[in-house]
Amino acid sequence: METTILSILLLTPILGSILVLFFKDEQKNIIRWFGFVVSFIAFLISIIAYLKFDSSNSNFQLTHQIIWIKSLNISYFVGVDGISLLLVLLTTFLTPLTFLSTWKAIDKKLRMFTFSMLLLEAGMIGVFISLDVFLFYIFWEMMLIPMYFIIGIWGGERRIYAAIKFFIFTMFGSLLMLVAIIWLAVYSSGSNGQFTTNLIELYKISPTIPLKIQSWMFAAFFLSFAIKVPLFPLHTWLPDAHVEAPTAGSVILAGVLLKMGTYGLVRFCLPLFPQASINFAPIISVFAVIGIIYGALVSMVQTDMKKLVAYSSVSHLGFVVLGIFAMTVESVQGAVIQMVNHGLSTGALFLLVGIIYERTHRRDIAYYGGIAKLIPLYSVALMIAMLSSVGLPGLNGFIGEFLILIGSFKSNVLDNFWFTAFAATGVIFAAVYLLWMYQRVVFGNVTNQSLENELTDLNTREFLVLIPIFIFIVWIGIYPSTFLNLTDSSVKNILQQVSQSTVNILK
Amino acid sequence: MINLIYLTVLLPLIGFLINGLFGKKINNEKIIGIIGSSTVGISFLIVVGAFFQTLSLPVEQRSNTVELFTWLNVAGLNIKFAYLVDQLSLTMALIVTGVGFLIHVYSIGYMHGDKGFWRFFAYLNLFIFAMMNLILGDNFLVLFLGWEGVGLCSYLLIGFWYDRNFEKGTTSQAAKKAFVVNRIGDFGFLLGMFLIYFTFDSLNFNEVFSKVATFPVPETTFSLIAIFLFIGATGKSAQIPLFVWLPDAMAGPTPVSALIHAATMVTAGVYMVSRASIIFASAPTVMLVVAVIGLLTAFMAASIGLVQNDIKKVLAYSTVSQLGYMFLAAGVGAFSASIFHVMTHAFFKALLFLGAGSVIHGMHEEQNIQNYGGLKKYMPKTYLTFFIATLAISGVPGLSGFFSKDEILWNAYANGGFVFWLIGVLTAMMTAFYMFRLLSLTFYGKERFDHHHVHPHESPSVMTIPLIILAVLSVIGGYIGLPKVFVGEHGNLFESWLEPIYKPAELKIAHYGLHSHFEEILLMTISVILALSSIYASLKIYTHRTEIAEKISTKFNGIYNLLLNKYFVDEIYEASVVQPIQKGSEKLLWKFTDVKIIDGAVNGLAILIDKFSDVIKKMQTGFVQYYALVMVFGIALVLFFLLFSL
Repeated sequence: METTILSILLLTPILGSILVLFFKDEQKNIIRWFGFVVSFIAFLISIIAYLKFDSSNSNFQLTHQIIWIKSLNISYFVGVDGISLLLVLLTTFLTPLTFLSTWKAIDKKLRMFTFSMLLLEAGMIGVFISLDVFLFYIFWEMMLIPMYFIIGIWGGERRIYAAIKFFIFTMFGSLLMLVAIIWLAVYSSGSNGQFTTNLIELYKISPTIPLKIQSWMFAAFFLSFAIKVPLFPLHTWLPDAHVEAPTAGSVILAGVLLKMGTYGLVRFCLPLFPQASINFAPIISVFAVIGIIYGALVSMVQTDMKKLVAYSSVSHLGFVVLGIFAMTVESVQGAVIQMVNHGLSTGALFLLVGIIYERTHRRDIAYYGGIAKLIPLYSVALMIAMLSSVGLPGLNGFIGEFLILIGSFKSNVLDNFWFTAFAATGVIFAAVYLLWMYQRVVFGNVTNQSLENELTDLNTREFLVLIPIFIFIVWIGIYPSTFLNLTDSSVKNILQQVSQSTVNILK
Repeated sequence: MINLIYLTVLLPLIGFLINGLFGKKINNEKIIGIIGSSTVGISFLIVVGAFFQTLSLPVEQRSNTVELFTWLNVAGLNIKFAYLVDQLSLTMALIVTGVGFLIHVYSIGYMHGDKGFWRFFAYLNLFIFAMMNLILGDNFLVLFLGWEGVGLCSYLLIGFWYDRNFEKGTTSQAAKKAFVVNRIGDFGFLLGMFLIYFTFDSLNFNEVFSKVATFPVPETTFSLIAIFLFIGATGKSAQIPLFVWLPDAMAGPTPVSALIHAATMVTAGVYMVSRASIIFASAPTVMLVVAVIGLLTAFMAASIGLVQNDIKKVLAYSTVSQLGYMFLAAGVGAFSASIFHVMTHAFFKALLFLGAGSVIHGMHEEQNIQNYGGLKKYMPKTYLTFFIATLAISGVPGLSGFFSKDEILWNAYANGGFVFWLIGVLTAMMTAFYMFRLLSLTFYGKERFDHHHVHPHESPSVMTIPLIILAVLSVIGGYIGLPKVFVGEHGNLFESWLEPIYKPAELKIAHYGLHSHFEEILLMTISVILALSSIYASLKIYTHRTEIAEKISTKFNGIYNLLLNKYFVDEIYEASVVQPIQKGSEKLLWKFTDVKIIDGAVNGLAILIDKFSDVIKKMQTGFVQYYALVMVFGIALVLFFLLFSL
């Protein structure tokens, strides 16, 4: 079933990014509206893609293939399964909201900003829909550039340091991946008689790679993804990038970019190198669990709100990695839904921190205190985002964490009770760092008189940004089936692929 | 009515949404109060209807499930949003909606004039919503949803006056402490759930419990499950070692203390143990742990209660202590007695807290009982109802507390042993003592408040009527559970009603030898005599001879200070757990590991590369002559090699 819907989706922001260059820098409002409308159209297209998608079918769907470099058998090949579709939806959902959120905050070089954001969106969509490893790599690298500019141009004081750190960390990882991709393609020409970067072909070939080489291949891919996630101890670029990035950058970074790492683990590491994945699962899970606890503890003692949320991401994504490498249907489903959850709740937290930052230009917790009295509506919104992040049952975060933990508990691959036991302490620490911040910022008496002049409650625009996110926070919490059903057969399919070529790990 | 049970959950949620979203706009205390109270009142009526309908059914059909929708369906994990309507959940639901309704009505008077009036009622309704989920859920996960939900409401309500100070800190610190300590318990609960799912492939009560009897599962597994669940219970129900949050929870408005921190939420742990009775019964070692923890908590908290001066603090420790009794009962296998005590305690403790609220209200927010005295004549209704509640909790024969406590003590003796009974009775003596100390210092004796500034007055009838209703319940509530020694094997209506729930567990518990009626009556008589003499001493000392109390406290200065400072448990936790984690995270993890080691390594590498390129850079001087020179040398070198290698 060939259809061009995904290509149209991909082209929309690219076209938008080109067109925006034809505006004049002075036409600020037009540019703002343009960015928002283009990304909103992309959202509508992704909804159409969702409606066309058959979630009971575990194969890649809505595929579109055009031969690109014939001699090397490389093609433009896109398509989605439930997992990638869900992440595409997350991307197209968050991007218009970030445009809306920076209506006032970004004023400098607006045209360039809109260009970068739309290009970034295209890159993110491209990563999630590529079914050719070479194409995937191109999108993967392509995203770095607009993100580099977003941090480097519109960021805070140490933006250059942060941007370069971000760039070098991720670049380092992806070079290794490129080597592995080339090796894979060459290997396929040996076993298949044809050089190929087609993912579906590689799925069939690569599990036959001898274990020793498979481990190296796995390591190269894994390192690249682990930096992006980021997995402890490769995480130190994240707090800097987040703190220096403008709100829009932080939201996209936390909301979508980090998910590319975990997506890569699910899409490439597990099915391409099944035996290596299983062999490395326990050690990776150790790092994931350390990340959960470490991220939470370091988050607890931060004095900067953005840094606090950034470290909490390290903790939350530790859960995702644990879920992926526990390799049970429950845990991987949990990991996938947790990717979305983290995008929503951490996205919301960054938006909210950004909202008061816009008013006061301060991010240090100590500056605030007693703001519940001054901006009650804002305080309620922050409470909801916080509870979602804490994993309160009834909201989205709980569903992900619960599935990951209960799945890792019965995992045959990990086969150890302690992973879950230690990971579950994250539940306690999450409550500590977020509630403590909330208590210091929101409750108590107004400690700082200048706050009274600076702070105003949520305006309509900010309200409109947050409401859609909150709807999904509650929706996933109460009726997660809408989303879990979408990914169900895809997750089972991937685990099937792993188990077919190795020991039987599916229950 | 059974099929409508979901309304008892839905209505409070609607109340929460209306008051939460529009309460500020409505801005009318009457309307807000009526919305808040009536949703709970109607829920109560529905529960009553469901109760009578269930009662009319034959015993084997009294457990019904009402399914709403599928919550989670992943692989083998299929969790429905479904409510289990049976004897146990109905009993709890009657207590929660009944007492809850009265406290809602009382709050209309108590919270009058507070600028957060609408917020208060929204939170209270949200609490009832969560609590009903906790009680009615037909599986562990819905129970957990309610469990965390009530924790959230507790957090919101403890910190309700978020700009006020409380003791050495603020109310929001107390709120955070409650939430975090509860989360430690929840961690245990979660692990318990995982292990249940791992072992029985289900989280549904009926499925799991029926498998417990038939599955070949080793006792260690049961012990682990039970101990994890019990850790959860110690958090929510404030038992050793996680009881420290409850006294601080008194930072919330007094109706909250009555509803959440006395009558309903804190009994959730007891309910959960009771619900999972078959699992606990399959783990005899853990049962012993439960009983001992309960007993120690009861004793310890009662001893602290002896010397506290804040009226709410005394009642808070009393609650911890009474909850200890409930776990003692559960631990010795008397699950029905533990729920019976949940009920009677809900009546008299809610009454005590509401009475205390009425006193605080009438005394302009003063909470120190040393500054009360002689309030009897100013607040006759409050006094009378408070007096009745005090009699009930002190175990005076004929009132509700006597029957439930007596049943626990008897079971402690019969299934636990003499020492259990003895410590239980000593605790009961202390209970009677501190309660009458509280009563005397508040209502009798000299008036010790400043007459110029404080004008004690009785509360309005919207507050006193709930007091009167609760007082009636505190008197008669015990008669549905009369001791078998008087009324025969089937005369205890409460026990017979709940019996089918505990039947599977009963079969697993080893009951030690038979005891005679004489023994039971003898022990009962002894405990009554001890309680009455304790009451007499307390009345005597604190009404007329307060100097005796002072003498004792100076003579036993060490013990007095130990009790006054609550055994320094908070300080010990602060020094041994809180500070090390905080300091360690900041100094060791963040500023050392993250900044110095990891980032240091990355930056070090960058610096190294930088330095290296600095060296290489020097070669590129920009002088053409220099390049030419190097070139010549290079060519010469190449030629040299070419020539000599030939």
